[in-house]
Amino acid sequence: MKPLEDYLIIDFSQFLSGPSASLKLADLGARVIKIEKPGTGDICRHLYTSNVIMNGESSVFHAINRNKESFAADIKSEVDKAQIWALVKQADVVMHNFRPGVIERLGFDYEHVKQVNPSVIYGEISGYGNEGPWKDKPGQDLLLQSLSGLTWLTGNAGSPVPMGLSIIDMLAGNHLAQGILACLFRRTIGGEGALVQVSMLESAIDFQFEAITTYYYDGKLPERSEHNNAHAYLGAPYGIYKTANGYIALAMGSIPQLGALLSCDDLLGYADGAEAFNKRDEIKAILAAHLLKGTNEQWLGILQAADIWCAEVLAWDQLMQQEGFKVLDMLQEVNMSDGFKYQTTRSPIRIDGEVLKSAKGSPKLDEDNEHIISQLINRQHGK
Amino acid sequence: MKPLEGLLVLEFAQFMAAPTAGLRLADLGARVIKIERPIKGESGRQIAIRNIFIDGDSLVFHTINRNKESYAADLKNPEDLERIKKLIQKADIITHNFRPGVMEKIGLDYASVQAINPRIIYGVVTGYGSSGPWASRPGQDLLVQSLSGLTYLSDTADAGPVPFGLATADMICGAHFVQGLLAALIKRAKTNTGALVEVSLIESVLDLQFEVLTTYLNDGGKLPQRSSVKGNGHAYLSAPYGIYKTKDNYLALAMGDLHHIGNAIGCDLEERYTQKNQWFEQRDEIMALLAEKLKDKTTGEWLSKLEADGIWCSEVFTYEQTLQHEGYRVLGMQQEVKLPDGGSLTTTRCPIRINNNKLYSDVAAPKPGAQTEMINHQFNLL
Repeated sequence: MKPLEDYLIIDFSQFLSGPSASLKLADLGARVIKIEKPGTGDICRHLYTSNVIMNGESSVFHAINRNKESFAADIKSEVDKAQIWALVKQADVVMHNFRPGVIERLGFDYEHVKQVNPSVIYGEISGYGNEGPWKDKPGQDLLLQSLSGLTWLTGNAGSPVPMGLSIIDMLAGNHLAQGILACLFRRTIGGEGALVQVSMLESAIDFQFEAITTYYYDGKLPERSEHNNAHAYLGAPYGIYKTANGYIALAMGSIPQLGALLSCDDLLGYADGAEAFNKRDEIKAILAAHLLKGTNEQWLGILQAADIWCAEVLAWDQLMQQEGFKVLDMLQEVNMSDGFKYQTTRSPIRIDGEVLKSAKGSPKLDEDNEHIISQLINRQHGK
Repeated sequence: MKPLEGLLVLEFAQFMAAPTAGLRLADLGARVIKIERPIKGESGRQIAIRNIFIDGDSLVFHTINRNKESYAADLKNPEDLERIKKLIQKADIITHNFRPGVMEKIGLDYASVQAINPRIIYGVVTGYGSSGPWASRPGQDLLVQSLSGLTYLSDTADAGPVPFGLATADMICGAHFVQGLLAALIKRAKTNTGALVEVSLIESVLDLQFEVLTTYLNDGGKLPQRSSVKGNGHAYLSAPYGIYKTKDNYLALAMGDLHHIGNAIGCDLEERYTQKNQWFEQRDEIMALLAEKLKDKTTGEWLSKLEADGIWCSEVFTYEQTLQHEGYRVLGMQQEVKLPDGGSLTTTRCPIRINNNKLYSDVAAPKPGAQTEMINHQFNLL
């Protein structure tokens, strides 16, 4: 039995942040019903998100929305609205990621939902919170990275470099899932509902809590190293280095010790521990030039034998051939209702030694309408 | 009332991933007690960034371990172990991130702990899972990023592998850990039985890549192609997605209708790039054309023009600008924790709001064993 079995989630959210949260909850066992606009559905099905189309829709949509059902309803039509209310009344969780003010206009805000379903856990994700000068800005990942200071941490010193994934969407989704789960737990004791709110900006700040706390302490902006940068606040050797046949990552090791192990005499003189940070550009340059002279296997052989924290750097094709990857059982094949199959990843959480998989692929727009109406809505209406 | 009030969490964990999970549980209302070796405490106390220490413990340790208590115990000492076992009888959750085999040797593996407290939620964080050739490798953030393929997504194509410049695998794994532990608590409420919850840094950082990995698994195995244009924001998105230099600073431009964006910038893209697939396939040349135009005006000039046209764009701030901006201040994200010597530290709060309440706590990270005596008395452990 999965932990959230028998929980019903009504999800109004689109794109990535909200839907990634409901995917987490679905994989933990909840039943997730996406409420989608008739005709077009979740914008992510089509818009600008990937040029890889699988079975008529973007690869990204299929990744985010597997293991869910689709209920198409026009939230502005009275008939459809009554159907949505019937679902919302039965829901354990209702969630959305509209911009501030939108859900109030649609009538499904927490105050209204609570009146018909007092024990509901109501989750919402905004871009920048519900007040202040940024509240109406688009809650879009790259903009959040740019406004939150995150782009000065990755890559070498110089211009800003974004992290090449929708990292803030993903974090906000994870934080919403945490808040919803915490309140669902509380509800098992006293039965009370709750409002859970996260914003992409708060999630972006939380992600940088170490660096921001340091900034509050010393008032100094992050300084990336000139080359081989991996962390603006760490000294040499922390970084990735090119070798004769690939790349290796080096996470720690005193500089003279590395010099001795790697037969790099130029490093032996950096005996003062503080130099690893203060002279990191110079040390990294020496290390980078030296590591070019040997292969991944040579260097890793020496360093791993000495318990130095290091690893090879892999691209996905190399990764997926590794026994260390295969043993994780991280991939799964899922099936859509029309027979289309695709490969994707599974939930990263294991419970009682079991991985959480589900063979259900993403839903076609409105494919569950009939079933949901007969099973959940007519029952509610006493038909 | 905070949602996890009344829960007792024993954290045997060190460093970052699991302790960040402990911090989140604490901020959500749980009582989190770090079980640490006497005097020295957990190893994370000595891991510093920029070599900053506060009263003997690194600033990073303070950041991750505020709002917790500390109980000192030598797990190899039978008397201490007995006390810990008594404490476990009262606990709801225990967490650890020891390498495979360590808790077995101490006698606090899941089976042994279950025998003491059948309702326990037992959480384990590893680097690479508990079996296979990587299981005994060091579970360290940069190494996990490097093995996972994550380093081929940021910066330009000629930059080589570029890691995310924060402990991303640790942070995301801690977030997943919290979810697993809370889900197990929800199940316990129904079944009255505990559970084993396991996460690993590598599975979490693979999950972080789930969108792009799913694309890779279904596009015939094409590896990500980063742009050659500096500032590129995403290997899989079309032009103009990225950060561009302006006359005085930088400008971030997100996705949107390229023709509309081109017109607003004064770059005629409609004739040459009629098809949407060209926006992807000819991304680099389109980005170069836009970059050429964007450097002629200031960020402020571009923003007033582009925002008026409904185009998704923004300034690119450093902490100095972000943390002083009204858009940040209105969040109330900043908080002070009180140090035992009367001083204080400024840090950030939990990013989740419950019933319109922001979750603050001014409790600073504990010294090793700071609450040992109090806990001994309260739980009658002696």
